[in-house]
Amino acid sequence: MQYTLQTPLSREMLAPLRAGDTVLLSGTVYTARDAAHARMAALLDGGGALPFPLKGAALYYVGPTPERPGRPIGAAGPTTAGRMDAYTPRLLDLGLACMIGKGRRSTAVKQSVCKNGAVYLGAIGGAGALLAACIKSCEVIAWPDLGCEAVRRLTVEAMPLTVLLDAHGGDLYESGPAAWLAAQAQ
Amino acid sequence: MREIPAAAVTAAVERLCIKTNTELPPDVRAALAAARAAEPWPLAQQTLGLLEENLRAADENALPICQDTGMACVFVELGQDAHITGGGLAAAVDEGVRRGYEKAYLRKSVTADPLQRRNTGDNTPAFLTVHLVPGSGCRITVAPKGAGSENMSRLAMLKPADGVQGVKDFVLETARLAGPNPCPPIVLGIGIGGSFDHCAALAKKALLRPLDVPNADPYYAALEKELLGAVNALGIGPQGFGGKTTCLGVAIEQKPTHVACLPVAVNISCHVTRRAAAEL
Repeated sequence: MQYTLQTPLSREMLAPLRAGDTVLLSGTVYTARDAAHARMAALLDGGGALPFPLKGAALYYVGPTPERPGRPIGAAGPTTAGRMDAYTPRLLDLGLACMIGKGRRSTAVKQSVCKNGAVYLGAIGGAGALLAACIKSCEVIAWPDLGCEAVRRLTVEAMPLTVLLDAHGGDLYESGPAAWLAAQAQ
Repeated sequence: MREIPAAAVTAAVERLCIKTNTELPPDVRAALAAARAAEPWPLAQQTLGLLEENLRAADENALPICQDTGMACVFVELGQDAHITGGGLAAAVDEGVRRGYEKAYLRKSVTADPLQRRNTGDNTPAFLTVHLVPGSGCRITVAPKGAGSENMSRLAMLKPADGVQGVKDFVLETARLAGPNPCPPIVLGIGIGGSFDHCAALAKKALLRPLDVPNADPYYAALEKELLGAVNALGIGPQGFGGKTTCLGVAIEQKPTHVACLPVAVNISCHVTRRAAAEL
């Protein structure tokens, strides 16, 4: 199935999604990767507010290349999401609805995705130039000292994504290869 | 004694940093196209199609192929009858990296310290390997290396009794553990033998060999072919979504080792396996 989604995202909007479905996502997407997650955790520990509203938000694990003059962004493909696992369940509990990245997640993240009715979407790893084309604007909103790791607010249009983890326990990294191998065995 | 100006080294490294990040080597392009043609699983074929579309988008929009423009791994084969004038070799290479990454809007991904994590801001230092070779030439290879695949690489100090089966098992276990994380279809550089450190260097060196060039020793060429088939039989598929295409190529480099040792290192690279060389 292919779904078209617009941010902000609600639990109801995400409920029909199943691992392997494709999504065209439009709206506002925030970026954060390793260093920004460490700082967000420190802020929360100190009782501070995060640089963007988590409720219903989509978070893209990306560190883009610098933009050329006149362009919103450089190449902008996903980074390995598993490095953010330690921080993720807490953010999901606070309302984060959607993560965009690539690669396997921990059992704790999978359980938290189910518990919170969230979703983990895959962007094609290594397709930085292709993904840049659906990013229409980009603004650094926190921690510019982190360079490519700064938190950015992106406006995306029809960003092509694949459901990796759904809210019902589905995991494309398990079901996808298993389906291929089963077809081979027949 | 032939003299090679440091400025020529800087210019070559700058050019190669830009070229590698925007243009895949012909053998990798050919391997991707062949994999797509041979891929029967619809989702896998579609995913491989997107990878080729990405190469076109990078070319048309003057963008890097991947946002992880990597650590600048630089290999210099310097003739022993040549010497660098007008500055040090390492500084000349770093200056080339600095200029190339700035000029082509490439990402600066290097931290000055592994624990304190401050970005150096210009993608230096380069990760430089220098070999002295006969003659008076100077061959420079730049191979930017992304971290998604680098992080899934492994090394084991096997027992000699583990033999070739132990090596095969370790390679397959490494590919299985890596799964979708290193952006498959992957390329495997495998080092066998040497010491702990030389083995890892062999694995990196193996990634420099074009995918259509087998090991010169028929024993190792056969092992490369067997491992390629075995890794593809894992069914991980492009991006880990399942399919026939998990690995585009396996290259093994071997060297002598201690009577008590059997080191094996697997350096994983992604579908954006980048490398280019220049002769000064």
